Amino acid sequence: MTAVTDAPTVAARGRGGGGSTLTGTGTLVRVMLRRDRIRIPVWLFALTLGTVGTASNLVTTYDTPAGRQSRADLVDSPAGIAFSGPGHGLDDYTYGAMLANEILGFVAIFVALMSVLLFTRHTRTEEEAGRAELVRAGVVGRHAPLTAALIVVGGANVALGLLMTLFLGGSGIESITWKSSLLFGASLTAVGLVFTAVAALTAQVTEYGRGAAGMAGAAIGVAYMLRAAGDMTAGALSWLSPIGWAQVTKVYVDDRWWPLLLAPAVTVILLAAAFVVTGRRDVGAGLMSSRSGPRTAEGFLGTALGSALRLHRANLFWWAVSMAVLGGSYGAFAGDVEEAIGDNEAMREWVATLPGGDLTERFLSVIVMMMATVVGVYVVLGLLKPRTEETSGRAEPLLATALSRTRWLACHLAVVLGGSVVVLLLTGVVTGFVASFTVDDPGLTVRMAGAALLYAPATWVVAGVVIALFGLAPRAIGLAWSVVVYAVVVTTFGGLLRFPDWMNDLSPFGHVPRLPGDEPSWAPLLILTAISAVLIAAGLAGFHRRDLTVR
Amino acid sequence: MSRTITHPIEVSGLVKTFGSTRALDGLDLCVRTGEVHGFLGPNGAGKSTTIRILLALLRADAGEVRLFGGDPWRDAVRLHRRVAYVPGDVDLWPNLTGGQAIDLLARLRGGLDRARRERLCDRFDLDTSKKGRAYSKGNRQKVALVAALASDAELLILDEPTAGLDPLMEAVFQECIAEAKAEGRTVLLSSHILAQVERLCDRVSIVRQGKVVESGALSEMRHLTRTTIEAETERPVTGLGELPGVHNVHGGDRQVRFDIDGEYIGIVIPRLAEFGLRALISQPPTLEQLFLRHYGDELADNGVPAGPETDRASARDGEVS
Repeated sequence: MTAVTDAPTVAARGRGGGGSTLTGTGTLVRVMLRRDRIRIPVWLFALTLGTVGTASNLVTTYDTPAGRQSRADLVDSPAGIAFSGPGHGLDDYTYGAMLANEILGFVAIFVALMSVLLFTRHTRTEEEAGRAELVRAGVVGRHAPLTAALIVVGGANVALGLLMTLFLGGSGIESITWKSSLLFGASLTAVGLVFTAVAALTAQVTEYGRGAAGMAGAAIGVAYMLRAAGDMTAGALSWLSPIGWAQVTKVYVDDRWWPLLLAPAVTVILLAAAFVVTGRRDVGAGLMSSRSGPRTAEGFLGTALGSALRLHRANLFWWAVSMAVLGGSYGAFAGDVEEAIGDNEAMREWVATLPGGDLTERFLSVIVMMMATVVGVYVVLGLLKPRTEETSGRAEPLLATALSRTRWLACHLAVVLGGSVVVLLLTGVVTGFVASFTVDDPGLTVRMAGAALLYAPATWVVAGVVIALFGLAPRAIGLAWSVVVYAVVVTTFGGLLRFPDWMNDLSPFGHVPRLPGDEPSWAPLLILTAISAVLIAAGLAGFHRRDLTVR
Repeated sequence: MSRTITHPIEVSGLVKTFGSTRALDGLDLCVRTGEVHGFLGPNGAGKSTTIRILLALLRADAGEVRLFGGDPWRDAVRLHRRVAYVPGDVDLWPNLTGGQAIDLLARLRGGLDRARRERLCDRFDLDTSKKGRAYSKGNRQKVALVAALASDAELLILDEPTAGLDPLMEAVFQECIAEAKAEGRTVLLSSHILAQVERLCDRVSIVRQGKVVESGALSEMRHLTRTTIEAETERPVTGLGELPGVHNVHGGDRQVRFDIDGEYIGIVIPRLAEFGLRALISQPPTLEQLFLRHYGDELADNGVPAGPETDRASARDGEVS
């Protein structure tokens, strides 16, 4: 508050007596830090501890040079490179090189996400909510909000770099030195700063916080894909990607600092553009004015099912695209499995316990199951939508029309259940189609489509849990996440870490016959379907009886 | 059930609790066909809760609720075809336009009159091509109003429908309600804009802490309460305080002002004439006065001096002098 009370004096002393466009920055920085006093530390420590934890995990998993070398073989394939990194230092695959190749790129994505989300939260979202108007009406300079957000988010990125250096350097893991760890931290800070600047620019472009974060998020996606394409073709494309710059430092292998110089250069250019725009535009306005749409609702939208589909449409589309891309990547990897897993002891022992003929089939059956659990995430997210509609008050006028509660909820359910079948089918088809080329087995497309579809009843059970909670204990609906998270964890790590069988049996996904390796059997699918039907019926009945949550 | 006439809304002894709070505590309400019924009370009195029970969004704990003679909870869908509702705080779907929201709500109710919809959009000056997230509060409210008014519902349930509207739009709204009434529609108008209620409503129910404390036609309520009389006389008036039904006497030299219970007016006026009556102004109670009568103690708790007490004190001073 002091800065605000001091401001008139500062303004009076400013050049030409007109006041500075940065007046009030200090106060705004303090407000932002106060609002984020939990959020920023959580981001920083989650990222740092996650990275260090993974590093020490690598040490226990790959305790012999031979083991590490087998890991290097796994990475040294087009698919491996596309996924994680360019594969520096593969001849002598130290823990440091593993960290640089397989971890740095992913941590960089999260650092970029952190920067974008924090920055948008303090700039465009504030404007959209109208709070910025209140602030800017005070003794606050035109550029102060942007500068303050820059100081806070930039500061968070610097702090992250330092924390990474400290924790990694101090971890005492062989080949992870203090000097290289400093470069590792600096690479992440550099990526974070670039995307902070990207968010600063996108926050000027649209009028909506979600739009600004979405555009900057798309930039992160493009950066990841550019580096994947660049690394696979050993071409120049990686140099267009900030994530690529972090990786070409060859940290822990060659320790090159100079690629990072690109980051401040780009950051400064982007920020300059953002500052020019923010100084010229109206508060609350964007460069892109909001689009208008049709004045009337035609045909299908005017029905209960049509309106539900409309609300889920964008979400469903992006899930379908993402799962298809994921499936395609795994399909591309299928051809390398044989040699990649070949001499990895732990993997081989695990794979031996799986049903199926050759290694590729077993691998694909595991992949389908993993992807099906991810579709479970879609189901939970989709079915949380009716609850959001209810608590936001948007369901109230709808349910005051001739639309019954049961029908309203059933329409959302139908869209999500139908959507999960479509996404499963698409995932299976794309995975199988790509794999049919890499392993040269044309029949795989159909077999994988079938394998994926068999998981539909398991996702219905997840849907049943969400609906039952929605109807009977709406305040506890978040508990639905536990079912999916449990399924994802058991499926992903259960085999490798040798979880006991009963843990697998607790997950609805654990009962589905694992095709293409396994034999299909219908009894478990019928039982899963029956369970989901009971849960859904209970949820619908509960919703029919309870109060609507109103504001 | 022996009743021959069925009113659109009949509520008796309605109780609703949320945890330990008793939101409705034996509320009675009757809205007759073709009337505009004002539902008055401050925030938290139970207006919205009552409305949401009428619409089967909440479930009654006890009491009798009838909508067009039916059970609103059991026959929700059938009854909702005859009802249009405007909530007090409208949230729209961020990626649907206002026009799409109007059509969606109307079609789910059972259709709307397209020409009337266009006329209403014009009158309310509503741009229906904007996306939901781009609307201000007042414009979101207009979207819900147009959707309700463009329908052919027999009963309009409006929960503080003009919060966020400017005075021009408020005037348009009042016109629309007057037209709805002329078409024979029934309106339940929850509000705390007293001028709006005074202007539009035939009958009024005042809610306090989950109960209706007063209900009836405005004219009757006025009759039952005190009228304020201001008189100018040739000689100072004396002895007014001893007359039955007279309250809050403010005496000046040749001016006097007092409140009088409706049935005693006939006794007091001749008395004034004895002092050489020159001018007389009779003011029926405003709705605000009616309303505040039921909330006077609450105002006192909040540190606002309660009218009658202070008035009486100063009146006594006036008489002594």
